[in-house]
Amino acid sequence: MLRRLLQSFRWGVLPVPGRVIALVFFVVLFLVPLVTVDRYILLVFIFSNIFVIFAVSWDVLSGYTGLVNFGHALFFGVGAYASALLYKYLGWQPGATIPLGAVAATLIGVITCWPALKLRGPYLSLLTLSFPLMLYGIVHAFPTVTGGPYGIWGIPVISESRVVEYYVVLIVMTVSVLIMWKLTDAGSKYIRTGLIFHAIREDEIAARASGINTIRYKVLAFAIGGFFAGIAGGLYAHVQMIAAPECLTMTMSFQAIIWVIFGGIVSIYGPVAGVYTLFPLLEFLRSIVGKYNNLILAVVVILVLLFMPQGVAVWIRDKIERECPRCKLSNVAWRKECRACGASLR
Amino acid sequence: MAKLAIIQTLVNGSVYALLALGLSLIFGVGRLINMAHTAFFVVAAYILYYFTRQLGWGAAESIAITVVGIVILGALVYKLLINRVRQHAQAVLLITVALAMAFQELLYIGFGSFYRSVDPLIGGTVTVWGIIVPRQYLLVIGAVVAVLVILALLLSRTKTGISIRAVANDSEIANVLGINVARTLLITMCMATGLAAVAAVLVAPIWILYPPMWMHTLTIILVVVVLGGLGSIKGSIIGAFIIALVEQVVLISGISTHLVDTFVLLAMVIVLAVRPGGLFGIVLEEERL
Repeated sequence: MLRRLLQSFRWGVLPVPGRVIALVFFVVLFLVPLVTVDRYILLVFIFSNIFVIFAVSWDVLSGYTGLVNFGHALFFGVGAYASALLYKYLGWQPGATIPLGAVAATLIGVITCWPALKLRGPYLSLLTLSFPLMLYGIVHAFPTVTGGPYGIWGIPVISESRVVEYYVVLIVMTVSVLIMWKLTDAGSKYIRTGLIFHAIREDEIAARASGINTIRYKVLAFAIGGFFAGIAGGLYAHVQMIAAPECLTMTMSFQAIIWVIFGGIVSIYGPVAGVYTLFPLLEFLRSIVGKYNNLILAVVVILVLLFMPQGVAVWIRDKIERECPRCKLSNVAWRKECRACGASLR
Repeated sequence: MAKLAIIQTLVNGSVYALLALGLSLIFGVGRLINMAHTAFFVVAAYILYYFTRQLGWGAAESIAITVVGIVILGALVYKLLINRVRQHAQAVLLITVALAMAFQELLYIGFGSFYRSVDPLIGGTVTVWGIIVPRQYLLVIGAVVAVLVILALLLSRTKTGISIRAVANDSEIANVLGINVARTLLITMCMATGLAAVAAVLVAPIWILYPPMWMHTLTIILVVVVLGGLGSIKGSIIGAFIIALVEQVVLISGISTHLVDTFVLLAMVIVLAVRPGGLFGIVLEEERL
């Protein structure tokens, strides 16, 4: 077992720079509290990790299956509000409320499927855009239950210690990203969902003609997206100690889309790179240029889309890796021959 | 109360129709969803505010500058940004959202986050039908009807209008028949932003202006366009009045005002659940499944 792991590390990870970078990135994340325990810096990392879960879940739902969801904030908000309400009325602690909030978001995801499955293209996007806004109105209309515009505040933190909080969020993020990566891995021998999601995006009629129950897999995509976005929402509420209506705004939905498309859609590392570039950058800019930070962010997004429409992470990967034309194995860009089959790469 | 609601429905409905028409036009012709459409509208309103209130110019020249400026801005945005990523639907979407955010931030920097308003073009009130109505309301309704008639004539009688409809129908065949598709798209974009500017000029005196208002307006306009069917001009106009009516009915029925948007969106969800293509949606053969 250990030997197989070591071998796959040696032949599967080391020769591919993209995978080495991903591994180093996660190792560095686990070592951050050794370097600094500054509360603010750790908080930026905690929020980045939460938004990584959120962005990756959007990518799984919308990037992989092509069901472009404009209202992903719905699941985030439902996760946050469900956690907060469970604390407010039942007094449960974060260990129970966050998973149950995620389950609530999953249920909402499956329910919103019902009108969404009939539609496609822009109609689907605009329908999904409407759901969080509807909930936003409902939240404001019943202030006794939901706190109205002020939200439900005073919910407990995950842990008093920022470092413990950091590790909890980081571990949840790592596990979630790994699960979503495995679920969407088109080359996997055991899990077919990745391949089927790709098939649904590329040509739904052909997928249906091949005997795939596409409806079931679309519902599954909504459930996965809802579940992980719900986890992100619950974590966000407990870190901030408040479930506020800001979770349900259009800005929240579009933030996820901006991160994913900035990093590179239909790739798990794309959203991770997108969040980890844009979110800390925005925080950093806020401390330097003050009110101009959103403007700079918008300009950066426009420029990236103009010059790298596939996304930053994918653009970098194409610079440092090259796919072997014969055996489709990734190689370092500066190799002349494929590392497995010896075919010329030039 | 009911009479006032009807007048409000007509005013808001005609403004929504004007805005939705622009969005619908550029979607129908280029299959582009321009999320920055209402941002152009807000920028136009602020330009009008700047010239009339801060520089104290007359109404006529301010309006002329606003409309021409916004049309030029729309053409530039199309040429420099949208045209380059036209092939990627998601990139178009995102770039227009980013653009709208950039406009909003520029307005924040330029004008601050205060609520603004513009003097009405014609002041005073008239008594119509037993209730007192500001003259500006009647001007809005009249101007929108005039613009719609001009637009209909433009699309059905002129050569440009016919080429726009041809590209909307099938851009490849239109291209084969010798229509310059890129130029037609540019003209359509100019028309769409021009409509947004006209809507802004009409509505700036009766709505309150603030930089992030593009988001709420965009939601309403998207609902209108989807309700009526993307790319359908008739659908957009009818959808606009349906949505304006739903708003007023919820407002005067005494339910919480926070739920106005919820009911508006609910109306769209119901229509889409019954008719997945909207009321008058155009469905082309290769796009159907």
